[in-house]
Amino acid sequence: MPTDLWGWLTYDDPADGVVARLVEHLQYTAGGVFFACLVGLPLGLLLGHLGRGGTLAINISNTGRAIPTLGVVVLFAVSPLGTTLFSLSLALALFALPPVLTNTYVGMREVDREAVEAARGMGMSPGQLFRKVELPLAFPLIAAGVRSAVLQVLATAVLAAAVGGGGLGRFLIDGLGSQDYPQLQAGALLVAGVALVVEVTLALVQRLLDPVGRAAGPSVTEIAATEGP
Amino acid sequence: MGLPASSDVLAQGVPNPWFSTLYLQQGRSELLRALEQHVTITVLAVLAGLVLSIPLALLARRSAVAETLVIGGAGVIYTIPSLALFALLVPYTAYTATTAVIALALYTLVILVRNAVTGLAQVPADVVEAARGMGLGRARLLLRVELPIALPSIVAGVRVATVSTISLLTVAAYVGTGGFGQLIDQGFRADYRAKIVTACLACVLLALLADALLVALQRLLTPWTRAVK
Repeated sequence: MPTDLWGWLTYDDPADGVVARLVEHLQYTAGGVFFACLVGLPLGLLLGHLGRGGTLAINISNTGRAIPTLGVVVLFAVSPLGTTLFSLSLALALFALPPVLTNTYVGMREVDREAVEAARGMGMSPGQLFRKVELPLAFPLIAAGVRSAVLQVLATAVLAAAVGGGGLGRFLIDGLGSQDYPQLQAGALLVAGVALVVEVTLALVQRLLDPVGRAAGPSVTEIAATEGP
Repeated sequence: MGLPASSDVLAQGVPNPWFSTLYLQQGRSELLRALEQHVTITVLAVLAGLVLSIPLALLARRSAVAETLVIGGAGVIYTIPSLALFALLVPYTAYTATTAVIALALYTLVILVRNAVTGLAQVPADVVEAARGMGLGRARLLLRVELPIALPSIVAGVRVATVSTISLLTVAAYVGTGGFGQLIDQGFRADYRAKIVTACLACVLLALLADALLVALQRLLTPWTRAVK
Protein backbone atom coordinates (compact mmCIF):
# COMPACT_ATOMS: atom_id res chain seq x y z
CA MET A 1 0.00 0.00 0.00
CA PRO A 2 1.34 3.45 -0.88
CA THR A 3 2.11 5.89 1.92
CA ASP A 4 2.23 9.28 0.22
CA LEU A 5 0.03 11.33 -2.12
CA TRP A 6 2.06 10.66 -5.25
CA GLY A 7 2.19 6.96 -4.42
CA TRP A 8 -1.61 6.83 -4.25
CA LEU A 9 -2.09 8.87 -7.42
CA THR A 10 0.07 6.38 -9.34
CA TYR A 11 -0.95 3.25 -7.39
CA ASP A 12 -0.82 0.39 -9.86
CA ASP A 13 -2.60 -2.86 -9.02
CA PRO A 14 -4.80 -5.10 -11.16
CA ALA A 15 -7.43 -5.37 -8.38
CA ASP A 16 -7.53 -2.06 -6.54
CA GLY A 17 -5.15 0.27 -8.39
CA VAL A 18 -6.13 3.64 -9.85
CA VAL A 19 -6.81 2.26 -13.34
CA ALA A 20 -8.88 -0.66 -12.01
CA ARG A 21 -10.98 1.73 -9.87
CA LEU A 22 -11.41 4.12 -12.79
CA VAL A 23 -12.68 1.29 -15.01
CA GLU A 24 -15.19 0.27 -12.32
CA HIS A 25 -16.28 3.89 -11.97
CA LEU A 26 -16.86 4.24 -15.69
CA GLN A 27 -18.80 0.96 -15.72
CA TYR A 28 -21.19 2.27 -13.06
CA THR A 29 -21.51 5.54 -15.00
CA ALA A 30 -22.19 3.80 -18.31
CA GLY A 31 -24.72 1.47 -16.66
CA GLY A 32 -26.58 4.35 -14.98
CA VAL A 33 -26.72 6.47 -18.14
CA PHE A 34 -27.77 3.43 -20.22
CA PHE A 35 -30.80 2.60 -18.05
CA ALA A 36 -31.77 6.28 -17.75
CA CYS A 37 -31.71 6.66 -21.54
CA LEU A 38 -33.53 3.37 -22.00
CA VAL A 39 -36.50 4.77 -20.08
CA GLY A 40 -36.09 8.54 -20.41
CA LEU A 41 -35.54 8.89 -24.16
CA PRO A 42 -38.59 6.94 -25.43
CA LEU A 43 -40.82 8.36 -22.69
CA GLY A 44 -39.67 11.96 -23.27
CA LEU A 45 -39.99 11.59 -27.06
CA LEU A 46 -43.46 10.11 -26.77
CA LEU A 47 -44.77 12.66 -24.24
CA GLY A 48 -43.16 15.49 -26.20
CA HIS A 49 -44.61 14.26 -29.50
CA LEU A 50 -48.07 13.93 -27.98
CA GLY A 51 -47.68 17.18 -26.04
CA ARG A 52 -48.82 15.53 -22.83
CA GLY A 53 -47.41 14.97 -19.36
CA GLY A 54 -45.44 18.20 -19.22
CA THR A 55 -46.08 18.70 -15.53
CA LEU A 56 -44.95 15.13 -14.91
CA ALA A 57 -41.64 15.68 -16.72
CA ILE A 58 -40.95 18.93 -14.87
CA ASN A 59 -42.11 17.65 -11.46
CA ILE A 60 -39.85 14.62 -11.68
CA SER A 61 -36.92 17.03 -11.94
CA ASN A 62 -38.00 19.18 -9.02
CA THR A 63 -38.86 16.29 -6.71
CA GLY A 64 -35.68 14.45 -7.71
CA ARG A 65 -33.62 17.21 -6.15
CA ALA A 66 -35.12 16.52 -2.70
CA ILE A 67 -34.31 12.79 -2.73
CA PRO A 68 -30.98 12.04 -1.04
CA THR A 69 -28.64 10.21 -3.43
CA LEU A 70 -27.00 8.28 -0.60
CA GLY A 71 -30.39 7.00 0.56
CA VAL A 72 -31.29 5.59 -2.85
CA VAL A 73 -27.90 3.90 -3.32
CA VAL A 74 -28.16 2.32 0.16
CA LEU A 75 -31.78 1.21 -0.41
CA PHE A 76 -30.76 -0.62 -3.59
CA ALA A 77 -27.81 -2.18 -1.76
CA VAL A 78 -30.00 -3.66 1.00
CA SER A 79 -32.65 -4.80 -1.50
CA PRO A 80 -32.52 -8.34 -2.91
CA LEU A 81 -30.55 -6.89 -5.85
CA GLY A 82 -27.55 -6.32 -3.59
CA THR A 83 -24.43 -4.39 -4.60
CA THR A 84 -24.04 -5.78 -8.09
CA LEU A 85 -23.18 -3.63 -11.12
CA PHE A 86 -26.80 -4.07 -12.26
CA SER A 87 -28.25 -2.91 -8.93
CA LEU A 88 -25.95 0.12 -8.63
CA SER A 89 -26.59 1.06 -12.27
CA LEU A 90 -30.34 1.08 -11.59
CA ALA A 91 -29.87 3.24 -8.48
CA LEU A 92 -27.68 5.69 -10.41
CA ALA A 93 -30.13 5.71 -13.34
CA LEU A 94 -32.75 7.29 -11.06
CA PHE A 95 -30.57 10.39 -10.82
CA ALA A 96 -29.80 10.45 -14.53
CA LEU A 97 -33.47 10.13 -15.47
CA PRO A 98 -34.67 13.69 -14.64
CA PRO A 99 -32.25 15.56 -16.97
CA VAL A 100 -32.78 13.04 -19.79
CA LEU A 101 -36.58 13.03 -19.49
CA THR A 102 -37.02 16.77 -18.95
CA ASN A 103 -34.66 17.83 -21.72
CA THR A 104 -36.09 15.33 -24.20
CA TYR A 105 -39.63 16.45 -23.42
CA VAL A 106 -38.85 20.18 -23.58
CA GLY A 107 -36.69 19.66 -26.68
CA MET A 108 -39.64 18.08 -28.46
CA ARG A 109 -42.07 20.76 -27.24
CA GLU A 110 -39.80 23.63 -28.28
CA VAL A 111 -39.64 22.43 -31.88
CA ASP A 112 -40.89 25.35 -33.99
CA ARG A 113 -44.66 24.84 -34.39
CA GLU A 114 -44.52 26.43 -37.84
CA ALA A 115 -42.00 23.84 -38.99
CA VAL A 116 -44.34 21.11 -37.73
CA GLU A 117 -47.34 22.68 -39.47
CA ALA A 118 -45.37 23.08 -42.70
CA ALA A 119 -44.31 19.42 -42.58
CA ARG A 120 -47.93 18.38 -41.99
CA GLY A 121 -49.01 20.58 -44.91
CA MET A 122 -46.46 18.82 -47.10
CA GLY A 123 -48.29 15.61 -46.31
CA MET A 124 -45.79 14.00 -43.94
CA SER A 125 -47.15 11.12 -41.87
CA PRO A 126 -46.79 11.33 -38.06
CA GLY A 127 -43.83 8.92 -38.33
CA GLN A 128 -42.07 11.02 -40.97
CA LEU A 129 -42.80 14.20 -39.03
CA PHE A 130 -41.21 12.64 -35.96
CA ARG A 131 -38.10 11.30 -37.74
CA LYS A 132 -37.42 14.11 -40.22
CA VAL A 133 -38.54 17.24 -38.36
CA GLU A 134 -39.06 16.88 -34.61
CA LEU A 135 -36.14 14.59 -33.76
CA PRO A 136 -33.42 16.55 -35.65
CA LEU A 137 -34.63 19.88 -34.23
CA ALA A 138 -34.88 18.53 -30.68
CA PHE A 139 -31.51 16.76 -30.83
CA PRO A 140 -29.31 19.53 -29.34
CA LEU A 141 -31.43 19.75 -26.20
CA ILE A 142 -31.63 15.97 -25.88
CA ALA A 143 -27.83 15.81 -26.13
CA ALA A 144 -27.56 18.48 -23.43
CA GLY A 145 -29.79 16.36 -21.18
CA VAL A 146 -27.66 13.27 -21.70
CA ARG A 147 -24.58 15.35 -20.92
CA SER A 148 -26.08 16.49 -17.59
CA ALA A 149 -27.02 12.90 -16.87
CA VAL A 150 -23.46 11.66 -17.46
CA LEU A 151 -22.04 14.26 -15.06
CA GLN A 152 -24.70 13.54 -12.47
CA VAL A 153 -24.04 9.79 -12.55
CA LEU A 154 -20.27 10.22 -12.63
CA ALA A 155 -20.51 12.24 -9.40
CA THR A 156 -23.01 9.95 -7.70
CA ALA A 157 -21.07 6.79 -8.62
CA VAL A 158 -18.62 7.80 -5.87
CA LEU A 159 -21.23 6.50 -3.43
CA ALA A 160 -20.97 2.94 -4.76
CA ALA A 161 -17.97 2.58 -2.45
CA ALA A 162 -20.14 3.55 0.53
CA VAL A 163 -22.14 0.32 0.11
CA GLY A 164 -19.14 -1.93 -0.46
CA GLY A 165 -18.87 -1.45 -4.22
CA GLY A 166 -15.80 -0.31 -6.17
CA GLY A 167 -15.01 2.76 -8.23
CA LEU A 168 -12.90 5.81 -7.43
CA GLY A 169 -15.01 6.46 -4.32
CA ARG A 170 -13.16 3.51 -2.73
CA PHE A 171 -10.13 5.77 -2.04
CA LEU A 172 -12.39 8.35 -0.40
CA ILE A 173 -14.39 5.96 1.78
CA ASP A 174 -11.29 3.95 2.79
CA GLY A 175 -9.25 7.11 3.32
CA LEU A 176 -11.97 8.67 5.49
CA GLY A 177 -12.47 5.44 7.43
CA SER A 178 -8.77 5.06 8.30
CA GLN A 179 -7.88 8.78 8.48
CA ASP A 180 -5.38 8.11 5.69
CA TYR A 181 -4.97 11.68 4.38
CA PRO A 182 -2.71 10.89 1.40
CA GLN A 183 -5.17 8.28 0.13
CA LEU A 184 -8.06 10.67 0.82
CA GLN A 185 -6.45 13.56 -1.07
CA ALA A 186 -5.42 11.35 -3.98
CA GLY A 187 -8.99 10.04 -4.21
CA ALA A 188 -10.44 13.56 -4.09
CA LEU A 189 -8.04 14.78 -6.79
CA LEU A 190 -8.81 11.77 -9.01
CA VAL A 191 -12.59 12.09 -8.62
CA ALA A 192 -12.58 15.87 -9.13
CA GLY A 193 -10.13 15.55 -12.05
CA VAL A 194 -12.22 12.93 -13.86
CA ALA A 195 -15.39 15.02 -13.35
CA LEU A 196 -13.76 18.17 -14.74
CA VAL A 197 -12.16 16.34 -17.70
CA VAL A 198 -15.47 14.69 -18.64
CA GLU A 199 -17.32 18.02 -18.23
CA VAL A 200 -14.92 19.84 -20.58
CA THR A 201 -14.85 16.95 -23.10
CA LEU A 202 -18.64 16.74 -23.26
CA ALA A 203 -18.94 20.52 -23.59
CA LEU A 204 -16.61 20.34 -26.62
CA VAL A 205 -18.50 17.39 -28.13
CA GLN A 206 -21.77 19.24 -27.65
CA ARG A 207 -20.37 22.29 -29.38
CA LEU A 208 -19.30 20.11 -32.33
CA LEU A 209 -22.77 18.53 -32.53
CA ASP A 210 -24.57 21.83 -32.14
CA PRO A 211 -22.45 24.57 -33.72
CA VAL A 212 -25.30 27.09 -33.82
CA GLY A 213 -25.72 26.91 -30.04
CA ARG A 214 -29.43 26.23 -30.04
CA ALA A 215 -29.13 24.29 -26.79
CA ALA A 216 -27.46 27.30 -25.16
CA GLY A 217 -30.87 28.88 -24.61
CA PRO A 218 -31.59 30.08 -21.09
CA SER A 219 -34.23 27.67 -19.88
CA VAL A 220 -33.72 23.97 -20.12
CA THR A 221 -30.00 23.36 -19.89
CA GLU A 222 -29.99 25.51 -16.78
CA ILE A 223 -32.75 23.47 -15.18
CA ALA A 224 -30.83 20.31 -15.91
CA ALA A 225 -27.58 21.80 -14.67
CA THR A 226 -28.97 22.43 -11.20
CA GLU A 227 -29.55 18.80 -10.35
CA GLY A 228 -26.84 18.63 -7.71
CA PRO A 229 -23.36 17.15 -7.51
CA MET B 1 -21.88 -6.75 4.65
CA GLY B 2 -23.91 -6.62 7.84
CA LEU B 3 -21.75 -6.09 10.89
CA PRO B 4 -23.48 -7.81 13.83
CA ALA B 5 -22.57 -5.18 16.36
CA SER B 6 -25.47 -3.01 17.46
CA SER B 7 -28.73 -3.90 19.13
CA ASP B 8 -30.45 -2.89 15.90
CA VAL B 9 -29.40 -6.15 14.27
CA LEU B 10 -32.25 -8.47 13.58
CA ALA B 11 -31.53 -12.15 14.09
CA GLN B 12 -31.28 -14.43 11.06
CA GLY B 13 -34.66 -15.50 9.77
CA VAL B 14 -36.48 -12.63 11.42
CA PRO B 15 -38.29 -10.44 8.88
CA ASN B 16 -36.49 -7.22 7.95
CA PRO B 17 -39.40 -4.94 6.98
CA TRP B 18 -38.93 -1.77 4.94
CA PHE B 19 -40.94 0.18 7.45
CA SER B 20 -41.74 -0.44 11.10
CA THR B 21 -43.53 1.58 13.74
CA LEU B 22 -41.25 -0.10 16.28
CA TYR B 23 -38.30 1.86 14.88
CA LEU B 24 -40.31 5.10 15.02
CA GLN B 25 -40.71 4.51 18.77
CA GLN B 26 -37.24 3.17 19.56
CA GLY B 27 -35.43 5.56 17.25
CA ARG B 28 -37.31 8.67 18.30
CA SER B 29 -34.43 10.33 20.14
CA GLU B 30 -31.82 9.59 17.45
CA LEU B 31 -34.22 10.81 14.75
CA LEU B 32 -34.75 14.08 16.64
CA ARG B 33 -31.01 14.51 17.16
CA ALA B 34 -30.38 13.87 13.45
CA LEU B 35 -33.10 16.38 12.57
CA GLU B 36 -31.46 19.02 14.77
CA GLN B 37 -28.02 18.39 13.20
CA HIS B 38 -29.47 18.36 9.70
CA VAL B 39 -31.37 21.63 10.18
CA THR B 40 -28.46 23.42 11.88
CA ILE B 41 -25.89 22.58 9.19
CA THR B 42 -28.31 23.36 6.34
CA VAL B 43 -29.22 26.76 7.80
CA LEU B 44 -25.56 27.66 8.40
CA ALA B 45 -24.47 26.54 4.91
CA VAL B 46 -27.27 28.35 3.05
CA LEU B 47 -26.83 31.53 5.13
CA ALA B 48 -23.07 31.49 4.51
CA GLY B 49 -23.68 30.97 0.79
CA LEU B 50 -26.23 33.78 0.72
CA VAL B 51 -23.91 36.21 2.52
CA LEU B 52 -21.11 35.37 0.07
CA SER B 53 -23.33 35.46 -3.03
CA ILE B 54 -24.40 39.13 -2.83
CA PRO B 55 -20.88 40.66 -2.97
CA LEU B 56 -19.94 38.08 -5.63
CA ALA B 57 -22.98 39.06 -7.69
CA LEU B 58 -22.10 42.76 -7.32
CA LEU B 59 -18.57 41.91 -8.49
CA ALA B 60 -19.92 39.84 -11.39
CA ARG B 61 -22.06 42.65 -12.77
CA ARG B 62 -19.13 45.06 -13.01
CA SER B 63 -17.81 43.52 -16.24
CA ALA B 64 -18.30 40.58 -18.55
CA VAL B 65 -14.88 39.18 -17.55
CA ALA B 66 -15.74 39.36 -13.85
CA GLU B 67 -19.06 37.64 -14.51
CA THR B 68 -17.38 34.81 -16.43
CA LEU B 69 -14.79 34.35 -13.66
CA VAL B 70 -17.28 34.38 -10.76
CA ILE B 71 -20.01 32.24 -12.38
CA GLY B 72 -17.45 29.96 -14.04
CA GLY B 73 -15.57 29.52 -10.75
CA ALA B 74 -18.76 28.57 -8.92
CA GLY B 75 -19.52 26.14 -11.76
CA VAL B 76 -16.13 24.46 -11.45
CA ILE B 77 -16.63 23.92 -7.69
CA TYR B 78 -20.11 22.55 -8.40
CA THR B 79 -18.65 19.97 -10.78
CA ILE B 80 -16.59 18.41 -7.97
CA PRO B 81 -18.56 15.50 -6.46
CA SER B 82 -19.57 16.20 -2.86
CA LEU B 83 -17.63 13.41 -1.17
CA ALA B 84 -14.46 14.57 -2.97
CA LEU B 85 -14.96 18.17 -1.83
CA PHE B 86 -15.52 17.02 1.76
CA ALA B 87 -12.38 14.89 1.48
CA LEU B 88 -10.31 17.83 0.19
CA LEU B 89 -11.31 19.86 3.26
CA VAL B 90 -10.89 17.13 5.90
CA PRO B 91 -7.09 17.51 6.30
CA TYR B 92 -7.69 21.19 7.25
CA THR B 93 -11.03 21.17 9.06
CA ALA B 94 -11.00 17.55 10.31
CA TYR B 95 -14.12 15.41 10.88
CA THR B 96 -16.34 18.31 11.97
CA ALA B 97 -19.53 20.08 10.94
CA THR B 98 -17.31 22.93 9.70
CA THR B 99 -16.18 20.73 6.79
CA ALA B 100 -19.78 20.16 5.72
CA VAL B 101 -20.79 23.82 6.15
CA ILE B 102 -17.88 25.10 4.02
CA ALA B 103 -18.37 22.57 1.23
CA LEU B 104 -22.16 22.93 1.09
CA ALA B 105 -21.94 26.75 1.21
CA LEU B 106 -19.57 26.62 -1.79
CA TYR B 107 -22.05 24.45 -3.69
CA THR B 108 -24.92 26.89 -3.08
CA LEU B 109 -22.94 29.66 -4.84
CA VAL B 110 -23.58 28.25 -8.31
CA ILE B 111 -27.32 28.87 -7.98
CA LEU B 112 -27.32 31.79 -5.51
CA VAL B 113 -24.86 33.98 -7.45
CA ARG B 114 -26.59 33.29 -10.76
CA ASN B 115 -30.01 34.17 -9.34
CA ALA B 116 -28.69 37.29 -7.58
CA VAL B 117 -27.12 38.47 -10.87
CA THR B 118 -30.38 37.77 -12.74
CA GLY B 119 -32.40 39.55 -10.04
CA LEU B 120 -30.18 42.63 -10.00
CA ALA B 121 -30.28 42.79 -13.82
CA GLN B 122 -34.08 42.97 -13.63
CA VAL B 123 -33.95 46.37 -11.89
CA PRO B 124 -35.20 48.87 -14.51
CA ALA B 125 -32.65 51.52 -15.44
CA ASP B 126 -35.15 54.36 -15.01
CA VAL B 127 -35.90 53.21 -11.45
CA VAL B 128 -32.16 53.44 -10.65
CA GLU B 129 -32.04 56.89 -12.30
CA ALA B 130 -35.04 58.09 -10.31
CA ALA B 131 -33.51 56.82 -7.05
CA ARG B 132 -30.22 58.56 -7.88
CA GLY B 133 -32.12 61.71 -8.72
CA MET B 134 -33.74 61.57 -5.29
CA GLY B 135 -30.22 61.64 -3.86
CA LEU B 136 -29.79 58.01 -2.78
CA GLY B 137 -26.17 56.96 -2.29
CA ARG B 138 -24.83 53.66 -3.62
CA ALA B 139 -25.37 51.75 -0.39
CA ARG B 140 -28.92 52.97 0.09
CA LEU B 141 -29.69 52.45 -3.60
CA LEU B 142 -28.63 48.82 -3.19
CA LEU B 143 -30.45 48.18 0.11
CA ARG B 144 -33.64 50.17 -0.51
CA VAL B 145 -34.16 49.74 -4.25
CA GLU B 146 -32.08 47.09 -6.00
CA LEU B 147 -32.12 44.22 -3.48
CA PRO B 148 -35.90 44.44 -2.85
CA ILE B 149 -36.55 44.27 -6.61
CA ALA B 150 -34.11 41.36 -6.93
CA LEU B 151 -35.60 39.56 -3.90
CA PRO B 152 -38.01 37.17 -5.69
CA SER B 153 -35.15 35.89 -7.86
CA ILE B 154 -32.83 35.59 -4.84
CA VAL B 155 -35.44 33.69 -2.80
CA ALA B 156 -36.06 31.36 -5.75
CA GLY B 157 -32.32 30.59 -5.64
CA VAL B 158 -32.43 30.05 -1.87
CA ARG B 159 -35.23 27.50 -2.34
CA VAL B 160 -33.26 25.41 -4.82
CA ALA B 161 -30.08 25.77 -2.74
CA THR B 162 -31.83 24.70 0.47
CA VAL B 163 -33.47 21.63 -1.03
CA SER B 164 -30.19 20.54 -2.69
CA THR B 165 -28.24 21.14 0.53
CA ILE B 166 -30.60 19.01 2.62
CA SER B 167 -30.18 16.15 0.16
CA LEU B 168 -26.39 16.53 -0.25
CA LEU B 169 -25.81 16.77 3.48
CA THR B 170 -26.56 13.04 3.85
CA VAL B 171 -23.20 12.33 2.19
CA ALA B 172 -21.43 14.39 4.86
CA ALA B 173 -22.14 11.55 7.29
CA TYR B 174 -18.77 10.12 6.19
CA VAL B 175 -16.97 13.16 7.60
CA GLY B 176 -18.77 12.73 10.91
CA THR B 177 -21.41 15.47 10.82
CA GLY B 178 -24.34 13.34 11.91
CA GLY B 179 -27.74 14.13 10.43
CA PHE B 180 -30.00 11.73 8.57
CA GLY B 181 -27.06 10.46 6.48
CA GLN B 182 -25.52 8.94 9.60
CA LEU B 183 -28.74 7.02 10.33
CA ILE B 184 -28.79 5.78 6.72
CA ASP B 185 -25.20 4.57 7.04
CA GLN B 186 -25.86 2.95 10.43
CA GLY B 187 -28.94 1.27 8.99
CA PHE B 188 -26.85 -0.08 6.13
CA ARG B 189 -24.13 -1.46 8.40
CA ALA B 190 -26.72 -3.14 10.63
CA ASP B 191 -28.84 -4.27 7.66
CA TYR B 192 -31.81 -2.53 9.27
CA ARG B 193 -34.09 -1.50 6.40
CA ALA B 194 -36.71 0.34 8.47
CA LYS B 195 -34.04 2.70 9.80
CA ILE B 196 -32.77 3.49 6.28
CA VAL B 197 -36.26 4.09 4.87
CA THR B 198 -37.33 6.25 7.82
CA ALA B 199 -34.19 8.41 7.60
CA CYS B 200 -34.65 8.83 3.82
CA LEU B 201 -38.32 9.79 4.20
CA ALA B 202 -37.48 12.22 7.01
CA CYS B 203 -34.88 13.82 4.75
CA VAL B 204 -37.31 14.24 1.84
CA LEU B 205 -40.03 15.59 4.17
CA LEU B 206 -37.59 18.09 5.65
CA ALA B 207 -36.68 19.29 2.14
CA LEU B 208 -40.34 19.72 1.14
CA LEU B 209 -41.17 21.48 4.43
CA ALA B 210 -38.20 23.85 4.06
CA ASP B 211 -39.32 24.66 0.51
CA ALA B 212 -42.86 25.40 1.65
CA LEU B 213 -41.56 27.63 4.47
CA LEU B 214 -39.41 29.60 2.03
CA VAL B 215 -42.39 30.14 -0.28
CA ALA B 216 -44.33 31.52 2.69
CA LEU B 217 -41.35 33.69 3.67
CA GLN B 218 -41.13 35.11 0.17
CA ARG B 219 -44.79 36.10 0.21
CA LEU B 220 -44.25 37.83 3.55
CA LEU B 221 -41.14 39.68 2.36
CA THR B 222 -42.52 40.79 -1.01
CA PRO B 223 -46.15 41.77 -0.42
CA TRP B 224 -46.15 43.79 -3.66
CA THR B 225 -45.77 40.66 -5.82
CA ARG B 226 -49.03 39.28 -4.44
CA ALA B 227 -51.17 42.17 -5.72
CA VAL B 228 -49.83 41.69 -9.27
CA LYS B 229 -51.21 38.17 -9.45
